[in-house]
Amino acid sequence: MKTDTSWLNTFRQSDLTHFEQTSFPSQRLEDWRYTNVSAIEKKQFALASKIEQFDDNAKNRLDAFTLNDCYHGIFIDGFFQASLSTLPESITVCSIKEAATHHETLLAPVFNQAIESPHGFTHFTNAHFSDGLFVCINENSQLDKPLQIIHFATQEAMSATRHVVILQDNATATLIETFVGLENQTYLTSSVLEIFLRDNADLTLYKVQQDSDKAYHFGGTYVQQADNARFTHHNFALGSVLARSEIISHLETGAHCELNGLYLGANRQHLDNLTRIVHAKPDAVSREYYKGILNNRARGVFQGRIVVNEDAQRTDSQMNNRNLLLSSDAEIDTKPQLEIYADDVKCAHGVTVGQLDEKSIFYLQSRGIDEEHAKHILTFAFANEMVDKITVPSLHDCVFTQLLARFPEGAER
Amino acid sequence: MLKIKDLTVNIGTKEILKGLNLNVKAGEIHAIMGPNGAGKSTLSHVLSGKSGYEVTGGSVTYNGKDLLEMPAEIRAREGVFLAFQYPVEIAGVTNVYLLKAALNAIRKHKGLSEVDAMDFLTLVKSKTKALDMDEKFLYRAVNEGFSGGEKKRNEILQMAMLEPQLCILDETDSGLDIDALRIVADGVNALRSENRAFIMVTHYQRLLDYIKPDFVHVLADGKIVKSGGAELALELEEKGYGWLEQA
Repeated sequence: MKTDTSWLNTFRQSDLTHFEQTSFPSQRLEDWRYTNVSAIEKKQFALASKIEQFDDNAKNRLDAFTLNDCYHGIFIDGFFQASLSTLPESITVCSIKEAATHHETLLAPVFNQAIESPHGFTHFTNAHFSDGLFVCINENSQLDKPLQIIHFATQEAMSATRHVVILQDNATATLIETFVGLENQTYLTSSVLEIFLRDNADLTLYKVQQDSDKAYHFGGTYVQQADNARFTHHNFALGSVLARSEIISHLETGAHCELNGLYLGANRQHLDNLTRIVHAKPDAVSREYYKGILNNRARGVFQGRIVVNEDAQRTDSQMNNRNLLLSSDAEIDTKPQLEIYADDVKCAHGVTVGQLDEKSIFYLQSRGIDEEHAKHILTFAFANEMVDKITVPSLHDCVFTQLLARFPEGAER
Repeated sequence: MLKIKDLTVNIGTKEILKGLNLNVKAGEIHAIMGPNGAGKSTLSHVLSGKSGYEVTGGSVTYNGKDLLEMPAEIRAREGVFLAFQYPVEIAGVTNVYLLKAALNAIRKHKGLSEVDAMDFLTLVKSKTKALDMDEKFLYRAVNEGFSGGEKKRNEILQMAMLEPQLCILDETDSGLDIDALRIVADGVNALRSENRAFIMVTHYQRLLDYIKPDFVHVLADGKIVKSGGAELALELEEKGYGWLEQA
């Protein structure tokens, strides 16, 4: 058993007990009905250990995903790599283990407070995390460039990371979470990120999940938005054989929450996206837009829930999920849900599931473009609407390149 | 260049074209006129390779090759161009990328290298200007949010860029005001050459005031029932189509 500061160890013990009792979530739970995670247990992964040396292959792959115009917090197999990381000095940022001791007054009061619906993966992560990042940005401060947190997996093992981010009143920042591993490696990465946005704080968060095509991924992002706080999330689910992503945000008065997502499944990939936006107080605005492209035998899941509590008058909420099925064997289970307990609200939701438009394919063919290329162009365009929203140039380039690799000649470089 | 012989085409079980004959030589402009439902659009779609039509008889020879055997993109690469009656809006694909991808596909087919990026830009900008289109159109999504006139101009822009041998204009005048019609007609006239042929499918003779055809054919009930010179269009304008169908 790992040793931590006593207060953190209390959490570990409690979550470990829960996890030992319940293990990973079963499909009997409503939130997990479309996703069977029993394959993870069958793998019987051992916990990853810290490695000090790694070969050129690993180094090159890590470099390929390290963005040049950002700060970096690098985790290899769940362990923080201080020597590889380049952390900003203008803010409070360190490994979460260090923070447990040195920033206890900041961390201890919030730890676990944003996780409203714990389950097997949050218990597992809390019980077994090797490390994580703690970020706290002071009142009225701004992080001058994005901070990229890289989760890089090298071992056939399971690893967990646990991050906490606090933006005090009026603070602003951009964060990027990257999940990647050695090609063809089999592993489980489980990560939980808690975010606390105080009054008027403004966070833009990108998540790029590009794990190996044999990997299992769980990533949970749990957010508390105080009055007028803004949270913008861009979620790209591209890799792994089985991935579950959760974004849950709790909105106080006047808060603004925007969730964008793109899941791109091929072969036998299973990509599950659960989102929940809870309007707890009046006058908050939420916008959600998720797009999915599923090819071959891939399966996508979108469960988007908007909850409007009794107090949350004048809520303004829109949710949209659009899916493109490129093969007759591909599948999407989409379940948008509105739960409204207030009477003066503006809520809309829409779902589409369709194929590529035959008229558009023919139009391109009639200009000399062959059918396959035409399909790549149209699919790329469908996905690119989400990629276009990325405002960090190096990250845009990275995701754009991956999209182009999936749909060659879909657009001009 | 194009020889259509006894062409019969079905949509489902319904016979639309019932033995159509047409010969088009390089340098010629043919107008195909006719009432609604005569099979005009079916003819342009079948020539361009659209699916959903069943050719039940006859042949179409283009430059000595069997046109009907070719997939749509090969026809385009061999120089057949359809200017659509209803150009498709394609979200997220810029005009400039479509033009470049199309031009390169055609060049590759001809054994040429990819177009140089600078040469391409110079060329596309000059063609855009000639059609009185704002350069901004190039960077907008294909036809998305374009007015009827802008869409038709965009079709002519593509035609000007791809330099086809056989241009089929399907109801190009529909939805155009008189200024847009003039610009489109000027664009087409600028492309007239002794190596290129045009088939203009139209319900009204209005377009023919601006683009003078060498031949006018009347298509009624799946067949060409009358052919003549440009003066036939005027006669049709005066008398309508009724007298031909009764004949």
